[in-house]
Amino acid sequence: MNAINRFEAAVSRRQVMIGAAGLSFAIALGGHADAAVMAGERSGQALSPWVSIAPDGTITIMSAATEMGQGSMTSLPLIIAEELDADWNKVKIVPAPVIETIYGNPGFGGMMYTAGSNAVTSYYKNLRLFGAQARRVLLDNAAKKIGVPVEELSTEPSIVVHARSGRKLTYGEIAAFAEVPVQAPEVKPDDLKKPADFRLIGKDVMRAELPHKVNGSAQYAIDVQVPGMLYGAVVRAPIEGAAPEKFDEDKVMAVKGIVKAVKLPYGVGVIAETPWAAFAARQAVEGSVSWTKDGKAWGFDSEKGLVSFAATARDPSAKATDWFKLGDARAEMPKAASTFEAEYLCDYAYHAQMEPLNGVASVSPAGDSAEVWCGTQSQTMALEATAQALGIERSKVKLHDMLIGGGFGRRGPRDMDFLVDAVLLSKSIGTPVKSMWTREDDVKNGRFRPLSAHLLKAGFDASGKLVAWQHRLVGDRVTPFADPVRYEKAGKKDFILMLGADAKGYDVAHQLVEQVYEDTGVRTAPLRGIGFTANKFATETFVDEIAYQRGIDPVKYRLELLSKTPRAHKVMERAAQLADWDRKRDGHGLGAAYIDYSGTQVAAVVEISIDQSSGTIKVHNVWCTIDCGTAVQPDNVVAQTESSIVYGIGLALTERISIKDGMVEQSNFYDYIVPRNRDVPPMHVEVIQTDNHPTGVGQMATPLITPAVSNAIMALAGKRLRHAPFTEERVKKAIG
Amino acid sequence: MATNFLVNGKAATTEAPLETPLLWVIREDLKLTGTKFGCGAGLCGACMVHIDGKRAFSCQTQVSEIVGRSVTTIEGLSPDSSHPVQKAWLAERVPQCGYCQSGQIMSAADLLKHNPKPTREQIVEHMSTNICRCGTYQRIVRAVERAAREA
Repeated sequence: MNAINRFEAAVSRRQVMIGAAGLSFAIALGGHADAAVMAGERSGQALSPWVSIAPDGTITIMSAATEMGQGSMTSLPLIIAEELDADWNKVKIVPAPVIETIYGNPGFGGMMYTAGSNAVTSYYKNLRLFGAQARRVLLDNAAKKIGVPVEELSTEPSIVVHARSGRKLTYGEIAAFAEVPVQAPEVKPDDLKKPADFRLIGKDVMRAELPHKVNGSAQYAIDVQVPGMLYGAVVRAPIEGAAPEKFDEDKVMAVKGIVKAVKLPYGVGVIAETPWAAFAARQAVEGSVSWTKDGKAWGFDSEKGLVSFAATARDPSAKATDWFKLGDARAEMPKAASTFEAEYLCDYAYHAQMEPLNGVASVSPAGDSAEVWCGTQSQTMALEATAQALGIERSKVKLHDMLIGGGFGRRGPRDMDFLVDAVLLSKSIGTPVKSMWTREDDVKNGRFRPLSAHLLKAGFDASGKLVAWQHRLVGDRVTPFADPVRYEKAGKKDFILMLGADAKGYDVAHQLVEQVYEDTGVRTAPLRGIGFTANKFATETFVDEIAYQRGIDPVKYRLELLSKTPRAHKVMERAAQLADWDRKRDGHGLGAAYIDYSGTQVAAVVEISIDQSSGTIKVHNVWCTIDCGTAVQPDNVVAQTESSIVYGIGLALTERISIKDGMVEQSNFYDYIVPRNRDVPPMHVEVIQTDNHPTGVGQMATPLITPAVSNAIMALAGKRLRHAPFTEERVKKAIG
Repeated sequence: MATNFLVNGKAATTEAPLETPLLWVIREDLKLTGTKFGCGAGLCGACMVHIDGKRAFSCQTQVSEIVGRSVTTIEGLSPDSSHPVQKAWLAERVPQCGYCQSGQIMSAADLLKHNPKPTREQIVEHMSTNICRCGTYQRIVRAVERAAREA
């Protein structure tokens, strides 16, 4: 196959399209056919929104999602290729231009945004349809050419076959003479391939960009160099909302290679001839800058804040809003024969994506247009944030969305903080600027998984059946800070904080989840697993506690609660089987967890031991099952699940951000500890294949790990850890 | 003052100040961007190169230390991705975001050069110098084992 370098692709996209002298398909999302035509007019060609086929047989397919290691750049085009019955070796993948009406993610209201593990799930239906429509156009053209009814034709990869006469026409041959209808042909669901006939979906292919990731040729934004480019760095106010007062400009301008120092609304930027000069100047600023006291987080202390959150959770008079209701838990709880309560706490956590945040911008000297290069999870937001920063029309911004060196939610904020640095610096000097964050910048100016306190209450009827469930969540707001636009559109619902706080999957008739809104001023963002990481720690530990209270084996108890949700039941049952759950291990403990994560069913069993003297928890094995419906790329589902587990181990054991006087205390990988090779146990992942609509895989196992480890600690040491992560200090305190 | 050294077998020179990290010279002067900036503190291994045949953090190596020495970057490991470690990396589908993988591959190649048949424990320990935030560790170990087998 023709794997492509994303940077080269971005550069050559125009050539690809202009050179596409073959067949092209103007098939847009339903109701937006005019947009497709418009897209064609923009380049002066009747170009293809999704697919074009050249006379040499090359099939070019647009990739609408950004690639950060999750594999969407391969999986989405592969779905089109499947229904088109394309020869995958002839497929060339190019990043789609930013035209939301055609390429927008249906799961995000049409924005081009890759997040929430929902690229495949949201695009799947449409991409199959587009592929099938394109195939139908080829068939119609071939039928006309050969002079046979279209019903007599079939396809093999990239070939139309007339079995009776033995005649064959390749897709490339058809492209040379084909006429594309004005209206896309109608394709009914029944016309789509049956899963048994899939040649690509469910069969592993080499990810398109992988060969470039073993020889150094894969291009990330940080690798971009453009002629005349200077290097930038920004010392940001430690508190969101604060502004620079003064800094020692003489000292900064004395750095060899410095070109300019510039006050920005939120920090001080430096521009230099070399990266080392930029970083030296950055140091000089950092040592001398003072800040206004604007902004909310000044004085905030996360340790005290969490104590206060917990008190609020216990305070019935604290103002709360209903996030989720099923049945009537408020009415049923007082009627319960018995009740049980528990409290859980969760710290801030940092993304730690390996590529520090950065951006490259080339703003025209007049400031009226710009070209930008960045690793962004949202092409839409990157364009809009740039346009807004410059006060220009979005159409005056050209984006090169690059391969992403880790996203995990950090590269999709509405304000695109890291890109705007480059834009403002470039504007201030009139030359292209590559702006880079140091790792310390990346940590100190991190936007975190929020701090949260959780009060859970369960009510049982006289027979002991769990009938009522209440979860009162006090957490630092995320969505209003990370994406105020989507927050408003969602009716002021903080879904990034709140998702996963219910008991979905379990048979509990009356459920109530309440949110007590907190705004500490600390910067927050979606982080892999979003609300699920804290909320499922609370709920899945709570379910375990209930099982203990009732003297029932925790897996058996979960299976009882999952008796009405067969797919859920299956993943839990199978994970327990894989782990040989009933077998006792000397000195080791097992813990389980189950989650319905946006329709994907996941369960895990972890095996741990504890070093009593150090308080270190070692994870020895993780058995994990995942049912994501149709697995488009099964090995990639396994890879993403392994990845999610490792991320979950970090969040469970070591990863915590603490805030003092509103400022982040950690600064690099020596005090923000992420898992290394030696920390990772054998992971046994089983994909349970079903024919259901595909659902997400990129983060689903992450939230399993913290509760499963908590539950394993209980099984092994008889102690509950209710504050995540389970640092050595906390473990020692609990079991000592 | 110019500093002369070898990169991937070819003569290279830089005017960067002597205390400049080699990393930035490789990436921005010599435009060999496969070597990555990750932490700037010798903690993550994204910047790993070979100096005179042994792995080294290029972010912790100053220009003054490489005078006359031979540096190998990911681009120089093989001309066509044919190094056994690179082949094994693709066969085991190791990379995800890929950003740390040049450093991982340089670490693995260094291990196998000095210890062609490492035990699993030796692999895990050696490779614990490099952070992969996508958590590809299990596949990294499998790939190193494969490279050792197939080399």
